[in-house]
Amino acid sequence: MIANESMYLNSIADNFEVSRPAVSQHIKVLTECGLITIKKEGRKHYCELQADKLSKVAEWIEPFRKMWEARFEKLDDLLEDLKVKSKNSEK
Amino acid sequence: MNKTIFTVDQNKLTVKRTFNAPADIVWRAWTEPELLDQWWAPKPWKSETKHMDFREGGYRLYAMVGPEGEKHWGRTDYESIVRLKNFSGKDAFCDEEGNTSPGAPVASFVNRFTETSNRTEVVIITEYPTEADLQKVIEMGMKEGLSTAFEHLDEVLLAKTKN
Repeated sequence: MIANESMYLNSIADNFEVSRPAVSQHIKVLTECGLITIKKEGRKHYCELQADKLSKVAEWIEPFRKMWEARFEKLDDLLEDLKVKSKNSEK
Repeated sequence: MNKTIFTVDQNKLTVKRTFNAPADIVWRAWTEPELLDQWWAPKPWKSETKHMDFREGGYRLYAMVGPEGEKHWGRTDYESIVRLKNFSGKDAFCDEEGNTSPGAPVASFVNRFTETSNRTEVVIITEYPTEADLQKVIEMGMKEGLSTAFEHLDEVLLAKTKN
């Protein structure tokens, strides 16, 4: 949501069917991870997405994702073979 | 194909995947060298285990062999093993004799296996001590991961050409 524009904290909560404290909790976690920053403008707080941080997370996970997906594809085939073999040896 | 779930928490990566086989078979595929070699390396790489002693305090020394015959050596040290349930240890880069070079990245891992009605969920948690370690692993992983991606692209393109 905040990818498009920085938003005031109160207006973020209005977009979700959850309580304000619950939204605050999520915001707190995202802030701790450095994915968003909270800025103060007068009496209102608004939050901004730190897009570079977010893409950094996606970036480092990507090679791992590819590697594990490729492994699991092979492992699925191997497990099918092993299942057939173990059934045959029971007979 | 079953879905793989990836979650990141700072330098910790959690991979969760269910396989359509009972735990004893999935366990074998993870712990017997001749089976492990059949899936450990993403295409077009090949895994070749030079030594494997699957017991607490034992280790596996293996090479990831690339399409040009280049080898990346890896070493897995086993720290705790609970048969059919979980095993944990350390993953490191090394030379072909299994010597880890000082400063080379080392990851701690835990693999958990849970069987439910003939299917097995595997949870793999890998943790890197520093961001610098993680960065080095990514550089290594990139080479293998990217060639895999291109391989798939080739297959897709080939299939399209045939149609």
